[in-house]
Amino acid sequence: MKYLHLIWASLFRRKTRTILTLVSIIAAFLLFGMLDAVRTSFNQAGQSANGAQRLQTGSKLSFIQTLPQSLEARIQQVPGVKMTTYANWFGGAYQDPHNQVFSFAVAPNYLDLYPEASVTPEERKAFNETRTGALVGEVLAKRFKWKVGDRIPLQSTIFPNRQGSKDWQFDVVGIIHSTDKKSAGFFDQLFLLQWKYFDDTTPYNQGTVGWYVTRVGDVNEADRVAKAIDAISANSDHETRTQTEQAATASWMKQLADIGLIVGSIMGAVFFTLLLLSGNTMMQAVRERTSELAVLKTIGFSDVSVLAMVLAESLLLLVLGGVLGLGLASVIIPIVSAGSGGMLNLPRVGAASWVLGIVLMVAIGLLVGAMPAIRAMRLNIVDALAGR
Amino acid sequence: MGKLIEIRDLSKVYERGRQKVEVLHHINLDVDQGDFLALMGPSGSGKTTLLNLIGGLDVPTGGSINVGGQRLDQLSPGALAKWRASRVGFVFQFYNLMPMLSAQRNVELPLLLTKLGAAQRRKNAAIALQLVGLADRAAHKPTELSGGQQQRVSIARAIVSDPTLLVCDEPTGDLDRQSAEEVLTLLRALNRDHGKTIVMVTHDPKAAEYANHTLHLDKGTLVEQSATV
Repeated sequence: MKYLHLIWASLFRRKTRTILTLVSIIAAFLLFGMLDAVRTSFNQAGQSANGAQRLQTGSKLSFIQTLPQSLEARIQQVPGVKMTTYANWFGGAYQDPHNQVFSFAVAPNYLDLYPEASVTPEERKAFNETRTGALVGEVLAKRFKWKVGDRIPLQSTIFPNRQGSKDWQFDVVGIIHSTDKKSAGFFDQLFLLQWKYFDDTTPYNQGTVGWYVTRVGDVNEADRVAKAIDAISANSDHETRTQTEQAATASWMKQLADIGLIVGSIMGAVFFTLLLLSGNTMMQAVRERTSELAVLKTIGFSDVSVLAMVLAESLLLLVLGGVLGLGLASVIIPIVSAGSGGMLNLPRVGAASWVLGIVLMVAIGLLVGAMPAIRAMRLNIVDALAGR
Repeated sequence: MGKLIEIRDLSKVYERGRQKVEVLHHINLDVDQGDFLALMGPSGSGKTTLLNLIGGLDVPTGGSINVGGQRLDQLSPGALAKWRASRVGFVFQFYNLMPMLSAQRNVELPLLLTKLGAAQRRKNAAIALQLVGLADRAAHKPTELSGGQQQRVSIARAIVSDPTLLVCDEPTGDLDRQSAEEVLTLLRALNRDHGKTIVMVTHDPKAAEYANHTLHLDKGTLVEQSATV
C-alpha cells in the first residue's frame, strides 16, 4: 500500500493518454457487461422452476415443421405423462412490422401447464368462451395501452386468413401476470390466442400444431417419457424430438442465432484490440520513464520491486477502467430495460459477470504489463542513466 | 580516522558489441571516513565509472572494492540494491527527480524501502528538506522549482535515510554559478557538520576547491593527487 501513491502518480504522469486509454477500457467493459447480460438473458430462457417438469416435443427436422394435432391423445397415454398441451407460432405484429408481438395460438388447457403465468378464473373462462379472445402479458398491454374489452388488429407475418389477408382481429379478454421472476420476461410479453380460431381461420397447416408441451409426474422419469413420446412417431413423416423445456429453448435459440458465439466473438475482438491499445500505452509509459526507473533502482529498489510496480500500474489501469465500465453497465442496463417498455428484459450485472469481468481485468492487466515490467526489471542502471 | 573506501587493483572493461573497452586500469584508492573527495579528469577518463563502482551501481571486472567493510564486488544484485538503500546517497547532474511527485514525496522515496510508518517518513523528509533550506517548497513539483532548488531536493533525497556516503556526479554541471555555490556550500556543510563522506565527480576546478582532496584520472588511471584544504 505504501507504494500506491507512486504507482498512481506514475499512471497519471501523462494524464491525457491515460484518460483516453481508461475511456477505451471503460467502453470495452461496458460492452462486456451489456453483452453478457444479453447472453445471460438468453441462457435463462426456459429455466423456471416449473420448467423442470415440462417436456417440449417438436419436429425432429426443424422448429418450423408442424406436427399432427392427433398426436395429443397418443402422448397423453404415455405412462408418466400428467398433462399435455400444444401451441403454434403466430408471428404477429401490431400496426407496424417493427412492433413484433410474441404471439402463440394455444390449446384451451395451455395455461394449466404454466402456473408461473397467472390469469383470473373469470378471464380464463372468457378466453375459452370467446373465439377471438386473447390473453395479453402485463408489460405488452402496458406498452400498447391495451385493456380488457379492446379489439386488437394484429398482422401475422406468416399466416393469412381464409380471405387471403394477414390482418387478424382479437378481443382482449384478460391480462397475464407473471408469478415467477425468471420467466417474467416471457409471460409479460406474451399474446395468446385460441388455437381453434387460428386453425379454423388459416388455410395453412390445418390440423397441425407447432409443438407439444408435456408435464411429467416425476422429474426423474423425464428421460424415459421423452423417449417414449418420440417412439410414437418413429419412422413416420413427422418424427419428433422431445427435450426438457430448457434444452428445447436453448436449441430453438440456437436455430435463431448462437448468442454465445456472437457475444464471444465480439468480446474477443474488443478485448484483443484493448490488449494492443493498453499494451502500447504501457510500453510507451515505461519507455518514457527509463531514467526514472533507473533512479528508483539507484536508490535501492530491487529488480523485483520495479517489476511489481510496473505490473501493479498495469493492473490498476485495467481494474480501474474495468470496474468503472461494469459499474456503468450496472446503471445503464436497468435504464435500457425500462426504456424498451419491457421489450428487453436484461438481467442486472450479476456476481458471475463481476467475477468473470475481474478475472478478465486481471488477466489482461498482467498480459499488458508483462513485457514493460520485464523490460523495467532488466534495466541496466548505468546504461539507463547515461541515456543508452 | 578509519578508511571508508578501499579500492585495490580495480579494473572495468565494457563490451560494446565485439569491442572491449578497458575504462579503468588497476586503480588503487583509499578514502577516509568523513573525507570530501573530488574526482576530475577529461571526458572518457573513467570518473563516472569509478563513481558508479563506489556507489554500487556497477560491478568491477577485476580487483576489489570495499566500502564500509562490505566487499561490493562480491554482492549479488539484490544485496547490492539493499546496500545502496541504506549506505549511500546519490546526487546527479540533472537532479533526476520524479516529475509527477512533490518535493516532499521525492525526498520520501528512499524511506519507502525502510520499515518506517507514513507519519515518520513524512517527518524525516520534512527534516531533510529543512536541512537543505526548502521546507517551504515541500508541496511543489520539480517543474515549479529552479535548477538549484531541484538539486537541493535531490540532496535532501540523498541524505534522508542518513547514509554514510554521498556520491555526486557533476552536481553543479547544470547550474549557474550562484546556484552551484549554494549546492557546493551545502555539500561542504554536510561533510563538515554531519560527517558525510562525499565523493564528487566534477569538471569544474572551482567546484573541486570545495573538496578536501582532488584526484585526477586520465585514460582510466589515477595520475595526480592534490590537497585543497
